[in-house]
Amino acid sequence: MLERILTVTHSATSDSSASPGAMNPVTVFTPLADIIEHDDSVIMLLDLPGAEPESLDVTLDKRILTITARVDLAPPDGFTPSHIEFGDGTYERRFVFSEKMDGERIDATLKDGVLRLTVPKAAESQARKIMVKAA
Amino acid sequence: MVREMVRARRGFEPIGEMPRTQADLSRLFGLRFYPRPEFPMMNLWTGPNGAVLAAQVPGVSPEELEITIRGDAVTLRGSRPPEVSEESTVVQRQERMHGAFERTVVLPFRMDADRASAKFDRGVITLNLPRPESDKPRRIQVVRS
Repeated sequence: MLERILTVTHSATSDSSASPGAMNPVTVFTPLADIIEHDDSVIMLLDLPGAEPESLDVTLDKRILTITARVDLAPPDGFTPSHIEFGDGTYERRFVFSEKMDGERIDATLKDGVLRLTVPKAAESQARKIMVKAA
Repeated sequence: MVREMVRARRGFEPIGEMPRTQADLSRLFGLRFYPRPEFPMMNLWTGPNGAVLAAQVPGVSPEELEITIRGDAVTLRGSRPPEVSEESTVVQRQERMHGAFERTVVLPFRMDADRASAKFDRGVITLNLPRPESDKPRRIQVVRS
C-alpha cells in the first residue's frame, strides 16, 4: 500500500550554480533515503552526514513529512581546497504518505550521520483481517 | 504490488555541475584521482605542511573504518551493513549504498603515516595527513653574485 509514498518536491531552491564549498545558505541537498514498511510502522533511514542535531527538524503535516537539517563544516585553517565534493548547506526532503500516519509517536534518532525515523501507522490505517462467517 | 524503484540521485544530483568542477579542480592542482566512486564523498585540502581529507561516511561506525597510508596514497575502506529485513517487511525505497566500499586518493606528496590522525564526527571522518619534515618544500635564497 505504501508503494505510493512519493517524493513530492525537491525544493526548487537548489541552486545548481552555487559552489558547494562556498558559504552559500541556499545550497539544498536531497538526502538519500531507504524506506522499509512494516505491518504497523514505516522505518525511514536518511543519510545526513555532518548534520547538526540542533538544526534537525522533522514535521508531519497531514500526510506530508518534511525533514530538514543544516550542515556547517568548518574548513581547516591554513589549508586551501584542492578537491571538493561536498559542502555546507541544508538537507531537505519531503515525502507524502498514502495513508494516515501517527504523527504523535514518530521516533527520530540521529546517529553517526544517519537519521532513523520510525513512523507508526495510525490505528485506522492498519490492515485488518476480516473474519468470514460460513453461512 | 511494489512499484519499480527509481534509482535516482545516486550520484549527488543536487549539484549538477559537480563532476565538471571536480575534474577542473583536480586538473588545476595536478591531482590524480581514481575514477570517482559514489561512496564516500571526499573533500581534500592541501597546504605546505600537509593535507586534510574529509569523507562522508554516514552510518559507518568508526570501528568499521580502515585507513591505510602508503607513500603518497591514502585508502579508506569499510562497509555499511544493510538494514535487516524480516519476512513481513517491504522495502519501498533503497537509495543508500550498502556493503563494502573502498576509495584511494593519491596526494601530490608523501605523508608521515606515524603522525597522521583521524577524527570521526556525525558521519564525517576527517584525516589529518602531515608531510614529513624531510619532504617539505624548502625556499632557496637567491644571492646576487
